[in-house]
Amino acid sequence: MSEALSDAKAKSPKYALNRAMLGELIELLSKEGHQLIGPQREDGTIVLNPITSLEDLPVGLEDEQDSGRYRLKSIAPDDARADSLFQTTVGPQSWRRYLFPPRQTLWKARRNGAGWEIDADAEATPKYAFIGVRSCDLTAIAVQARVYDNGDYTDPGFTARLGAAFIIAVNCTRAADTCFCASMDAGPAAREGYDIALTELAAPGGEVWFVAEVGSRRGADLLEAVGAGPAGAELVAAGEAAVAATARAMTRSIPADAAALLQRNPEHPHWADIAARCLGCANCTMVCPTCFCSTMEDVTSLDGQEAARLRHWDSCFSLDYSYIHGGPVRRDVKSRCRQWMTHKLSSWHEQFGTSGCTGCGRCITWCPVGIDITEEIAAFAKYQTTEIREEA
Amino acid sequence: MPPITKPKLAVWKFSSCDGCQLALLDCEDELLAVADAVEIAYFLEATRAEISGPYDISIVEGSITTEDEAHRIQRIRASSKILIAIGACATAGGIQGLKNNREVRELVDKVYAHPEFISSLATSTPVADHVQVDFELRGCPIDKYQLLEALNALLNGRRPNVPTHSQCMACKMAGHVCVTVAHGTACLGPVTQAGCGAICPEFSRGCYGCFGPADAPNTRSLSARFEALGLKGEDISRLFRMFCSAAPAFDGEARNHE
Repeated sequence: MSEALSDAKAKSPKYALNRAMLGELIELLSKEGHQLIGPQREDGTIVLNPITSLEDLPVGLEDEQDSGRYRLKSIAPDDARADSLFQTTVGPQSWRRYLFPPRQTLWKARRNGAGWEIDADAEATPKYAFIGVRSCDLTAIAVQARVYDNGDYTDPGFTARLGAAFIIAVNCTRAADTCFCASMDAGPAAREGYDIALTELAAPGGEVWFVAEVGSRRGADLLEAVGAGPAGAELVAAGEAAVAATARAMTRSIPADAAALLQRNPEHPHWADIAARCLGCANCTMVCPTCFCSTMEDVTSLDGQEAARLRHWDSCFSLDYSYIHGGPVRRDVKSRCRQWMTHKLSSWHEQFGTSGCTGCGRCITWCPVGIDITEEIAAFAKYQTTEIREEA
Repeated sequence: MPPITKPKLAVWKFSSCDGCQLALLDCEDELLAVADAVEIAYFLEATRAEISGPYDISIVEGSITTEDEAHRIQRIRASSKILIAIGACATAGGIQGLKNNREVRELVDKVYAHPEFISSLATSTPVADHVQVDFELRGCPIDKYQLLEALNALLNGRRPNVPTHSQCMACKMAGHVCVTVAHGTACLGPVTQAGCGAICPEFSRGCYGCFGPADAPNTRSLSARFEALGLKGEDISRLFRMFCSAAPAFDGEARNHE
């Protein structure tokens, strides 16, 4: 996102804009050379695609999510939300798809006599505008930013792409059944890391209005440019109430002591129970917005004159991922389940000073056999046999 | 530096449909480069010319289903420095592996007009059951880019980039929507090795498991999911008994539902 407003933000007014103004705003972004990326209906779900206008967004749709199940539904025409743009929550993809693409070429080389000429990848940094980033995903971007830029080591690609992006966040006025961002302190209201944050409100007549908060000077400039006026107290209050209701509607949660709970239970028999169901397919890590693991591949041309180093997403659930001399370290699925869940909810705190989970619920929905991280944690909390043994 | 003398390449056929061999001819853009890099010593789908062994690289298609094949694969192994088995037949017995669980004489009587001419083993088995295999490429058919990659890696003395993880990882990286979660379609992707480019899920079909079991497949849990989607025992065993019926992980799971 662009330069932050810092303390000016607190004093900055909230704007009100209608759908036409929002349409104009993203058109301006497009004219400034931003590639617009937003949620779009595809194959029965919502994916993050390049878009050209608000018409590409999932107008009048909402999602039904449960463990191992996702369905899209049309909002009834007599529902005030029928023309809403942001009533679907998160789909299988997250913004890391654009900030840290699944496959990247890091550099190429060409044989030059006895040596090699390196051609460091000089691909231009794409200038994205992300439309509709949810609070959980803003948090995830911040979590990944700690991984890719920790002061000592920086991933130049991620950092440049994030720096060039304009971010329009959306505060959630509806939670999916799999959402638990409230318990992870990651939503449903966007707090930082955006240029503009919208709260979508449908008036009883069906007209959609947005309350906009500004996170950067450029965000404010754009809102002014499309004629957005100050939001009235009533509209602001309605927006805040809708977001607060979303937080209350969440039924799933992770307890605050999950990190310590997992630390205490590395040999808990429940791990075997999870492993009996786990397919080891890696879907949870592929849809997770904070997972960052990748692997390298060196490729050559057939005649050996050219070479390239590629990087692609990998997962702690693939057997190859922990392969070192002599074989993979995490041979059984049990140890891979434990690695993933314990890293995400526990050792991530020690490593990065934050949880690796933002409560987006993707791993619950997109697990083909519906393993639910919130239920598994609840099971550990219920049967703390390790402690019982220690006491006995 | 690349080798100065071109390695001799032979392509052998056993019980199979020839489709995997054709993947090599299907390389089109890269075919001339392959022909430049190796000396094609035996490849009946491409040329009638034959150059005698020994061979640097033997590519073997097809499963072992006759006495004669069981002997021939020994001779090929003995005259090859590196042997690569390609395709579902050579790596998992192929579709013809379906006979492994049946009375073969009865099948032969039903299928052939003159069953007395048929001399066949009771089973269809992968090449690795008979001789040491240096590398395997899965699939029905194989992916031509994986074949090029394996040859390329051999010629350049590096490890081939051929993943053993699940099809799901390929789907997610490509951006395909999960057909099981979003549509309720039975899909073998979570227990199947990636490599085809996730072709079927891209077109909203479940994975048929052409590439055989992934590195650590939990077929039992996936079957439980299939049952929840409404599949009955026989439907489930049929899913696992398609292209890689004789692969132990798929065979074992099919048996659980027969």
